[in-house]
Amino acid sequence: MKKESKNSQPKWNRVHPITNVAISSLFIFLALLTLLPLVFVIIISFSSDASVAEKGYSFFPNAWSTAAYEYMWKSKDYIIRSFFNSVGITVVGTCIALVLIATMGYALSRPKFYMKNIYTWMIFIPMLFGGGLLASYMVNTQIYQLRNTYWALILPGACSGWYIIIMRTFFQTTVPDSIIESGKIDGARQIRIFAQLVLPISLPVIATIGLFMSFSYWNAWYGAMLYITSDHRHLYPLQYVLINIQNNIDFMAKVEAETGMTFESVQLPTETFRMALVVTIVLPIACSYPFFQRFFVGGLTIGSVKG
Amino acid sequence: MSLKRMPAERGNIFPESYRRRDKKRFSADDVELIGISLPTVIWYLAFCYVPMFGIVFAFKSWSRDPKQGFLYNLFVESEWVGFGNFKFLFLNPKIWNYIGNTLTYNIIFLLIGITFPVALAIAISYMYSSKLRKVCQTATFLPHFLSWVVISYFVYAFLSTDRGLINNMILNAGGTPIKWYQDTKPWPYILIFLNTWKTFGYSMVVYMASITGFDQSMYESAVIDGATIWQQIKGITLPLLRPILSIMFILNVGNIFSSDFGLFYHVTRNSGSLAQATTTIDVYVYKALMEDNNYGYSSATSLLQNTIGCILIIITNMAVKKIDPNSGLF
Repeated sequence: MKKESKNSQPKWNRVHPITNVAISSLFIFLALLTLLPLVFVIIISFSSDASVAEKGYSFFPNAWSTAAYEYMWKSKDYIIRSFFNSVGITVVGTCIALVLIATMGYALSRPKFYMKNIYTWMIFIPMLFGGGLLASYMVNTQIYQLRNTYWALILPGACSGWYIIIMRTFFQTTVPDSIIESGKIDGARQIRIFAQLVLPISLPVIATIGLFMSFSYWNAWYGAMLYITSDHRHLYPLQYVLINIQNNIDFMAKVEAETGMTFESVQLPTETFRMALVVTIVLPIACSYPFFQRFFVGGLTIGSVKG
Repeated sequence: MSLKRMPAERGNIFPESYRRRDKKRFSADDVELIGISLPTVIWYLAFCYVPMFGIVFAFKSWSRDPKQGFLYNLFVESEWVGFGNFKFLFLNPKIWNYIGNTLTYNIIFLLIGITFPVALAIAISYMYSSKLRKVCQTATFLPHFLSWVVISYFVYAFLSTDRGLINNMILNAGGTPIKWYQDTKPWPYILIFLNTWKTFGYSMVVYMASITGFDQSMYESAVIDGATIWQQIKGITLPLLRPILSIMFILNVGNIFSSDFGLFYHVTRNSGSLAQATTTIDVYVYKALMEDNNYGYSSATSLLQNTIGCILIIITNMAVKKIDPNSGLF
């Protein structure tokens, strides 16, 4: 009961009931606006090809079908493989990112840390200035030789100055100094204090940043566009498969328009199949983030506490 | 690691305690902490600082001797051309079109991206039902977690010329279908709509989180003094939101020369006939690198973009701090 009253406007300071109805309907409208395209794509992915050919994309297809998903299951070596590529990149990337972000965040949160100023500048400068796309591309491909490796999709995005600062602020404001002191008195080293005392009570911020990082890996396509060449199809993440299908279709349409040549022999992925791919990408996100919401809204609020 | 990816909510980067420099001594703790943070330091050197030297590309005409290593090619084999790349860049009339596009879209995104979510956050905080509020927040948050590639397919489902929902509806109403991906006129509106659609839910939750954190006693005394809700918003809520609003403003101004590549490249399906209305600086940098292999131009454009962005963010930060000393980003 008490919790409820904290979350809603107190009775003595309410808007007029009619205004409330207006606000509520506005937000119901906005919520529908954000969800409708997803529902639409799900419906298309379960429509039969014949219905799409006849009626176009429609909320009310003539016939339903799971052919698109069956086709996806059959093309194991490409689609299922890329699905597991995406899963692997997401899991490994998120773990690396959390280690990099949390350790630096912890070091910066220690008030007496000798390198604090230098390190803060070190993470601050790249927020303002960078070498640009070409420079990173050249360094990653020519010096680190990351082209056509999984690392090209994991390492360049594995750390973020903003998340380090959020992490640092969380450790500073939420982890009591007495815990760290007590660890020290017991003779624990910093690494142990960090792993056994600080991390277990920092779940909200770890969950928030872990969730954001894993979505950013799951959604990443830019790295694949830059670093994976077309003869390394087995490395494609799902997002890039979508781009690639689109490129092929555009390419064929262009050649057909220019030369009059047709590609009858080439089996194009059907439109329902492409939408089924989109659903495969979106559903894991759409089903998981509501459960984490209580974490990340908490995490966001903590980040807003100054210094 | 662009500023765009920054979660909007946070305070000053350098808190007060950092600025006092007391004489410190190197201790055993420091050694251990340096050890703990070493991987991150290596990452920063490898992926942020080494590429910074890549700005020499902007002053070079890249040529490659396949027998030699990369560094030899860059520093010895490639010729210095001074500001040649920049000169030719600006002789290309199209670059002004790209700069114009980037600035126009960003200024509109900035105005809508700040006013619209703030208004919504204030409105939703006055909703009676906290259950409905939570559901709406969760729903509107979804697009934030979708990639532009996925959204481009959403858009395609509506705009596709022969199958899209909108053209179907036009056909059923007896009109002539529109070739969406070839007609530049509606695209500015489509892009503005999509950008708002993708970002408003997230920004709203951020502002909402700070609004619920405000001290309720201020509103209590305002009500006792007979203030209307409208007066409370103007007199209490908006002034309290000022620090976070100015941070958002600084960041957006700093990003005014960079654009969201996915929105302008994938959502438009990289359609040649839309290029004039939708090519921004980042799209040009990508195309110069991957499609034309024009390393000098690509690098020169990035360097200009980064330098101007960096200067702008410093100036805006100074200006904001002058107006309100508590509101700066750093």
